[in-house]
Amino acid sequence: MSGHPNVQLDAKGRLRHFLTIDGLSRELLTEILDKAESFAGVTEQTVKKVPLLRGKVIANLFFESSTRTRTTFELAAKRLSADVLNINISTSATAKGETLLDTLRNLEAMHVDMFVVRHAESGAAHFIAQHAAPHVSVINAGDGRHSHPTQGMLDMFTIRRKLGRIEGLKVAIVGDLRHSRVARSQILGLNALGAAEVRVIAPRTLLPPDIRSLGVHPFHQLDEGIRDADVVITLRLQKERMSGAFLPSEREYFQLFGLTEERLRAAKPEAIVMHPGPINRGVEMDSQVADGPRSVILAQVTYGIAVRMAIMSMAMSVGEGGREP
Amino acid sequence: MNRLSILGGRLIDPANGIDARVDLHIDRGRICGLGAPPGAFNPDRAIDARGLVVCPGLVDLSARLREPGAEHKATIASETAAAASGGVTTLCCPPDTDPAIDTPAVVELIRRKAKRSGRCMVLPLGAITRDLAGTELAEMAALKAAGCPAVSNASAALASILVQRRALEYASTYGLIVLLRPEDPQLRDRGCAHEGPVSTRLGLPGIPEAAETVAVARDIALCEQTGARIHFRGLSTAKAVRMIERALQDRLPVSADVAAHQLFLTEADIDGFDSRCHVDPPLRTTADREGLRAGVASGAIGAICSDHQPHEPDAKDAPFPSTAPGISALETLLPLTLRLVEERLLALDAAIARVTCGPADVLGLPLGRLGVGARADVCVFDPDEPWILDPHAMRSCGRNTPFAGWEMRGRVRYTLFEGRVVYET
Repeated sequence: MSGHPNVQLDAKGRLRHFLTIDGLSRELLTEILDKAESFAGVTEQTVKKVPLLRGKVIANLFFESSTRTRTTFELAAKRLSADVLNINISTSATAKGETLLDTLRNLEAMHVDMFVVRHAESGAAHFIAQHAAPHVSVINAGDGRHSHPTQGMLDMFTIRRKLGRIEGLKVAIVGDLRHSRVARSQILGLNALGAAEVRVIAPRTLLPPDIRSLGVHPFHQLDEGIRDADVVITLRLQKERMSGAFLPSEREYFQLFGLTEERLRAAKPEAIVMHPGPINRGVEMDSQVADGPRSVILAQVTYGIAVRMAIMSMAMSVGEGGREP
Repeated sequence: MNRLSILGGRLIDPANGIDARVDLHIDRGRICGLGAPPGAFNPDRAIDARGLVVCPGLVDLSARLREPGAEHKATIASETAAAASGGVTTLCCPPDTDPAIDTPAVVELIRRKAKRSGRCMVLPLGAITRDLAGTELAEMAALKAAGCPAVSNASAALASILVQRRALEYASTYGLIVLLRPEDPQLRDRGCAHEGPVSTRLGLPGIPEAAETVAVARDIALCEQTGARIHFRGLSTAKAVRMIERALQDRLPVSADVAAHQLFLTEADIDGFDSRCHVDPPLRTTADREGLRAGVASGAIGAICSDHQPHEPDAKDAPFPSTAPGISALETLLPLTLRLVEERLLALDAAIARVTCGPADVLGLPLGRLGVGARADVCVFDPDEPWILDPHAMRSCGRNTPFAGWEMRGRVRYTLFEGRVVYET
């Protein structure tokens, strides 16, 4: 964010909030991945807890419904020994007319140390971070179409674990780039971590007109776009894209952009297939691919816990001028 | 204090082609002499304007006063005081008040309150449609009789192009100019920022350039069809400027204005989700800004407006898409316009024309000029004095400005409205 001080870093350049991958250095992103690697062991132990955030209160502030993301954030917080509040705002305060800022102030008054925020509007997490008390950290769990940086990082982690590196890889992202915060975060992560090429594949209705400015190569044909790719990421297609005149039908979408074993042959033989979930089987990909040997979709979910543990513990170690050297 | 002389200033009156050191004499609200005082003129007060520029009071085609209906944001009294401190002596108030300016009673209410404040002439713009709903025509002839110089539907869309055709025909029957905010609401969709690299990166729903150009093309076609006089309010794209230049070459009765902030800011300024730069139409590309500037220089854009929209702090304190668009801008209209002189886009007299006789000509009113017999609405400013814009020092109730901390030049020293000093510092 040129010209704007990066609100998510403290004066020493350490992570204070985690709002977007934009503007974060390769070193910092690698540090997150390395830290997540150390936590991946914890999640596989019989006693799946470390006492890093004991006594801390983390509020999951979800203004938009979510199961997977909220659950993995909750598990991550609990494995760090923090106390977790789950607050589903869409059915709570704002329905009574309370402003976002008032909701925030009330939770701060309850001595919450960290907010994990999901909101339907782009910029919501930045807004909360800008207004949060100095000791409070904010983690963006998805804001509008802008950013879903923990998802982006767990995807980076999955690629690194499965293929050993990100540098030099060709990655193809298929689907609704226009409305996807996940894709924006993946693109930023892949480019920052040295991917050789990031391709996006969709009809023009699902690509922002300026998509090239994000540092990607647009394609409109699946076979061409995934040729020789090391990683194929498919994005979730919302049903409302049909009524919004973005697409004629799910059938035509699957025919043109749905992943099948046969079409996947264009990619590299060892290529992996990813999806942020939940999958629409028969729309984004068929079941053979989703459940097949190249699919790492469930690993993404598992790794999400370790990655979120890493990010939460890093952000919390910085608050109040740094409790950890 | 009926008689007043302004002595020793550099008098710039673009409408009359005057740029010279000329004294100005005022008697009972009217200009009674330029140069030597008339006969046995004995002023009650003499203003020493040496080193200062004396020009017509500014005319602003769009300034929200928020009254009636949103007095928690601002009032007619507060905003006319802000206008006076910015050298503005005439302003048009768009009809999106609550209730809307769709009946003579609302026009009357606004005019009465403005008269009581006595610092600035407020010209209410009549609604094109009842309640701005876009379907049934408002009683435009009655609105004109009550004092509306023009009609507009503010930022609200008309229900169909057929309603628009009828509105243009009806308004032109009564000699009313129609002010249109060219924007196709369907192409705009739920956009809140220019559709371009910045909105793509920030994930903000975009408003494409075509939302404006499609509307301008449609409106120009209707202008050809109906012969009605159209003024395009608040352009944001370079392409729209070129379309209007072509329409002017075709001798169509069109004109256009631009908000001052569009000449200085671009989409890059919303980076970091800066809600102070959330404006409507959105800030667009550097090429658009240059195109708008070229239009101002060529005269295709004959007026620069404040597009003043004061807000309470809460209105800008939310995630970007939920914030209210607009800038509190009456007090930056003159300094931003003068900045165009500093940046060598315009000569000083041409810059002054864009905020005085230019907008007055759009309305077809004999304002924004300083001939003998004209109403004594005068702005006297120091063209050289630098100052830093501090939102807390603004007179407007709205402190929402992205220009906070900018070094401005051109400090208003005196504002005269109907021959009275309504602001001095």
